[in-house]
Amino acid sequence: MSESVERINERLASDYEAGFVTDVENDSLPPGLDEDTVRAISARKNEPEWLLEWRLKAFAKWKTLTEPEWAHVSYQKIDFQALSYYSAPKGQGDGPKSLDEVDPEILRTYEKLGIPLHEQKRLAGVVAVDVVFDSVSIHTTFKDKLAEAGVIFCPISEAVKDHPELVKKYLGTVVPISDNFYACLNSAVFSDGSFVFIPKGVTCPMELSTYFRINAMNTGQFERTLIIAEEGASVSYLEGCTAPMRDENQLHAAVVELIALDDAKIKYSTVQNWYMGDEEGRGGVYNFVTKRGLCKGRNSHISWTQVETGSAITWKYPSVVLRGDNSIGEFYSVALTRGRQQADTGTKMIHMGKNTRSTIISKGISAARSENCYRGLVRVAPTAEGARNFTQCDSLLIGDTCGAHTFPYIESRNNSAVIEHEASTSKVSDDQLFLCQQRGLDPEKAVSMIVNGFCKEVFRELPMEFAVEAGKLLEISLEGSVG
Amino acid sequence: MLSIENLQASVDEKAILKGLNLSVGAGEVHAIMGPNGAGKSTLSNVMGGRPGYEATGGSVTLDGVNLLELEPEERAYAGLFLAFQYPVELPGVSNMEFLKAAVEANCENRGVEAPNTPAFLKAAREACAQVNLNPDFLKRGVNEGFSGGERKRNEILQMIMLQPKLCVLDETDSGLDIDALQVVADGVNSMRSDDRGFVVITHYQRLLDYIVPDFVHVLSDGKIIKSGGSELALELEKNGYGWIEQEVA
Repeated sequence: MSESVERINERLASDYEAGFVTDVENDSLPPGLDEDTVRAISARKNEPEWLLEWRLKAFAKWKTLTEPEWAHVSYQKIDFQALSYYSAPKGQGDGPKSLDEVDPEILRTYEKLGIPLHEQKRLAGVVAVDVVFDSVSIHTTFKDKLAEAGVIFCPISEAVKDHPELVKKYLGTVVPISDNFYACLNSAVFSDGSFVFIPKGVTCPMELSTYFRINAMNTGQFERTLIIAEEGASVSYLEGCTAPMRDENQLHAAVVELIALDDAKIKYSTVQNWYMGDEEGRGGVYNFVTKRGLCKGRNSHISWTQVETGSAITWKYPSVVLRGDNSIGEFYSVALTRGRQQADTGTKMIHMGKNTRSTIISKGISAARSENCYRGLVRVAPTAEGARNFTQCDSLLIGDTCGAHTFPYIESRNNSAVIEHEASTSKVSDDQLFLCQQRGLDPEKAVSMIVNGFCKEVFRELPMEFAVEAGKLLEISLEGSVG
Repeated sequence: MLSIENLQASVDEKAILKGLNLSVGAGEVHAIMGPNGAGKSTLSNVMGGRPGYEATGGSVTLDGVNLLELEPEERAYAGLFLAFQYPVELPGVSNMEFLKAAVEANCENRGVEAPNTPAFLKAAREACAQVNLNPDFLKRGVNEGFSGGERKRNEILQMIMLQPKLCVLDETDSGLDIDALQVVADGVNSMRSDDRGFVVITHYQRLLDYIVPDFVHVLSDGKIIKSGGSELALELEKNGYGWIEQEVA
C-alpha cells in the first residue's frame, strides 16, 4: 500500500460529527419483546383496534421466521429480548407539538445537526421537514402550506388517527407483513415515520423530507413510511439519518412503502449517515431496511437515489415493482464503506407490466477493512412484453485491505425483454494520487475528488441541495475530519 | 535556484541514482539526456516524491528548501512542477474543477491570493488557447479519453496555470507528432523567464530543436558524466552515447 493511502486510512479513523448524545429524560419500554410489548406500543400511541390486530398478526408471524443469513455480512446475532422497542423523550409521546413545547435540548440537537425546524429561518421554504427522534415524530414544518395544496404530510401515527381510511387502504400493500424477517418485526413494533399523500393531479409545491435520529441507548428504531401519489401527482422526498456514537450496536429496521398510481411520479432520496462504529468495529447501527415502491398505475415512475455512508451493517434493497404498463423504475446508489463497515445493498426491479423500463446505476466505494456488496435482481415476468433494463455496477477500491463484490441476478421469462448489464472494478491508483499531489492537492482532497468524480452520475440525480450535502458528506467521511 | 547534490536513490532496493549533481540557475533551461535505464525518469520521480522512489542520500534543494523532506504536495507549493511522461485519467473529475482546486491549494500555501472565479475562468481559457486545446476540454474529465498529444498539452496547460518556479518535463516529447511537439514547445517557451528554471528530460535531440537549452547533461548509470552547451545534444544525436561512456570509463 502506498504511503498516501496509509495517510488516508489513518485519517479515516473518523470523527463522527453527528455522534453526540442528547440528554433528555425518556419514556421507554423496558427491554424485551412479547405480545405485551406490541400491545404497550399500540396503547402508547392510542391506536385503533384494527391496527393493534394488524401488529399482533405480524408478531405472530415473526415468531415463526428466522433471521436471514444470505447477505454477505457477518455480525453477532442480535438479542431481540435485550432491546427496548419504544423510547420517547418525556412529554413528547403524543406526537408533534408547536415548537414552543418541544424540549429545548431536542431543538438544540437539530440545530447542531443543521436541520432547520423554524420555518422562517428557511430560504423561501424550499423543504418541509418531519423530524423523528427515537420512536416519535417531534415536529413537522410547513404542514399548513402543504395542506393548502391538498398534500398530507404528517407522522404516520397522526395519519392513523386523522386519515385511517388511507392508511388502512395502503399500509402493507407493497411490503406485506410476512415479506421478510425485519419487515415483519417492523410491522409488529413500528414506532413512527412519515406519511405522505399527494392527491390526484397535484405536484407537491416543495421538497418533503424526514430526518431520523436514534438517541436512546439499546433502542431499536422501527420507522414506517408510507407515500402515496395519486393519478398524475408528483413528489420528491428526502430522508436523512444520524445516531450518537455508542459502543453498543443499535438496530434500525425500517419499512418504506411507495405507491404511484397512473402517471404519478415519486422520487425518493436518502442520505444515510448512521454511526458506523469505531475502527475496531465496536458499536454502530445495524441498518436492516425494506424499501419498496409499487408502480401501480400506467406510466407511473418511481426513482430511488441513495447515498449510504454510515451504519456498521447495511442491508438494504430499495426496489420497484413495475406493475403498470409503461411504468419506469430507477435506482441510483452510492455506497461508501470504510473502517470495518459492511454493506450489502442493491435493488430489485420486478417487471410485470408491458413496456416497463428500469435503470440501475450503482457505485460502491470501499476503503480500509470494509466490505461492500452490490446485490441486485432484475426479474421479467411472462406478462412484461417489451421490458427493458439497463444496469451498471461500478466498484472503486481504496487501498488493498477492503473488498468489493457484485451479485447480479437476472430472471427473464419473456423473450422480448432487453436486459443490459455493465460492471467495472477499479482502484484509486498510486499514479492518480501522485498526479493530484504533484499538482498541490493533499491526499485526502485528492481521494475525495476522485471519489466524487466516480459518483457523478448518481449525484446528478439528487436534488441540488442534497447533492452538495452528499458531496460534502463523502468528503468528511473520507477525510475523517470535522468539516 | 535548484541544487542537487550527491543524490542517491533506489527503486525496489536497487540503486539507480549514484551520486548525481546538478545546479540550475533561475532563467536557465537544462536538458538531461541519456540512454535507456540511465535513471532519467527516476530523477524526476525522486524530485517529485513519488511513492516507491526512495532517496537514500544527498539533497535536492529548491531556493534553500530541501525537497526530499517534504510531502509531494508540499514540493508543489515550494514551486516544483512535474510534467508527466504518462499522464493518467481522473474519470468524472472535470479539468476545470481539478485546475481550480490545484490553483487554490497552491495559492493558499504559497501565501498569495487565489484568483476569483471570473479571473480564473479567463486565465484557464487563455491557457487553453495557448496550448491549442478547445475550451470544452475544461469540462471533460481530466485526461479522460484524451489522445496522447492532448494529454501532453493538458500537462502544459496545468503548468501555465500553476506558475511554478521549476518545471521538470519528463520525456514530454515521447509519443508526440511534430505538430503537437511544436505546441508543447511553444507553451514551454512562453513560460521561460528570468525567475523560472527548466529541467527537460529527453531521450532524443528532436525536442531540443524547439526548446533550445542553455546546458545539456548526459546521464549514464545514475550520474551525470558530461555537461556542455546545446551543441552537445547535436553531437549526441550524431554519435550516440557510447563514445562518452567510453571516454569517461
